[in-house]
Amino acid sequence: MQSDTLELDIWRGDRDGQFQAFTLPLRESQTILDAVTEIQRTQDASLAYRFACRVGMCGSCAMIVDGIPRWTCRTRVVDVQRKGKRLKLEPLRNLPIVKDLAVEMRVFFDKWRDAKGYFEPGDTPPADFAVVAPSSRERRAADVAIECINCGICYSACDVVSWDDEYLGPAALNRSWTLVNDVRDQGQKSRLEAVAADAGCHSCHSHMSCTEFCPKALSPTQSIAGLKRETMRAALRGEV
Amino acid sequence: MNPAWTARLLLAQRATAIVLAFAVAIHLATIIYAVRLGLNAGEILGRTRGNALFLAFYSVFVIAASIHAPIGLRNIFREWANWRGYSLELAMIALSLVLLALGLRAAFAVYGA
Ligand code: SF4
Ligand code: SF4
Ligand code: FES
Repeated sequence: MQSDTLELDIWRGDRDGQFQAFTLPLRESQTILDAVTEIQRTQDASLAYRFACRVGMCGSCAMIVDGIPRWTCRTRVVDVQRKGKRLKLEPLRNLPIVKDLAVEMRVFFDKWRDAKGYFEPGDTPPADFAVVAPSSRERRAADVAIECINCGICYSACDVVSWDDEYLGPAALNRSWTLVNDVRDQGQKSRLEAVAADAGCHSCHSHMSCTEFCPKALSPTQSIAGLKRETMRAALRGEV
Repeated sequence: MNPAWTARLLLAQRATAIVLAFAVAIHLATIIYAVRLGLNAGEILGRTRGNALFLAFYSVFVIAASIHAPIGLRNIFREWANWRGYSLELAMIALSLVLLALGLRAAFAVYGA
């Protein structure tokens, strides 16, 4: 291989697909997403993949690059390509493949909902604004976990998700934990019940693949540990 | 299963784990101590027969194990064999009772023999 070309094997089709080889010029500061886009624009317009923001905010461009789930708009080819080696691109694990590099994210977001990963304002609006001190324990716990971009990388990396298709998964539980720490939220009982159930936080084996690969450097493992403690406490007090 | 029950099961699993951690350690130490002068049934029974402390210790051990083991096994069956629902709960309750019965029978046998 010449040093000015980039060779890739890209997954084509659905579950029963296969890899297709592509070659294109290696460019300075080229990201994996740039390479895929260039292939689609100049070589094969039928190549399916997803992206939106291109700056690491929307979470739509995740793929498996040489076996590792990554956000491809923020992953430069030179940083991940082992010298002279071809790059292998696959769709995320643990989700149905729509086509090529695009997966169906529906289950991922359904679980987000099932883990009650949304703010529950309650029936009556509070009389005044809630005061949440930035230094409070709850606020700090929520801050640490809040920057999730819903990319699905952790979900793809989690082995428990592959064994147990009901397991809510790291992203949904991480979001749930930020809400457990939201003192304004009125839906804590049903949230703790949702995450204490069989396919919830107690199914996590704490093997930290989610934390290892999260592009935002979050630790769903730690959030899930928080949920384990909180649900245990609630069970002891008879609150769930 | 109802989530409140799942949380309680896990609580019971953790609590019995603490009991077992001590019980297993004492059990192993006892074995090492017991075989010091060579091991035969008569000698062991001589020490355990009518010993209420022995009976109490092993009863606690057996009860903790019969609670702890089925809960862990239930998780393994859920995860690895995709076994869920009432049949699983009933099987685990049955397992718990079998462990309890066999364990207590053994403890009483060496106590009363
Ligand atoms: S720590 Fe838990 S959620 Fe994260 S990858 Fe492991 S099992 Fe999955
Ligand atoms: S926790 Fe991290 S890896 Fe998981 S969806 Fe959010 S940003 Fe992506
Ligand atoms: S395209 Fe938006 S995060 Fe990569």
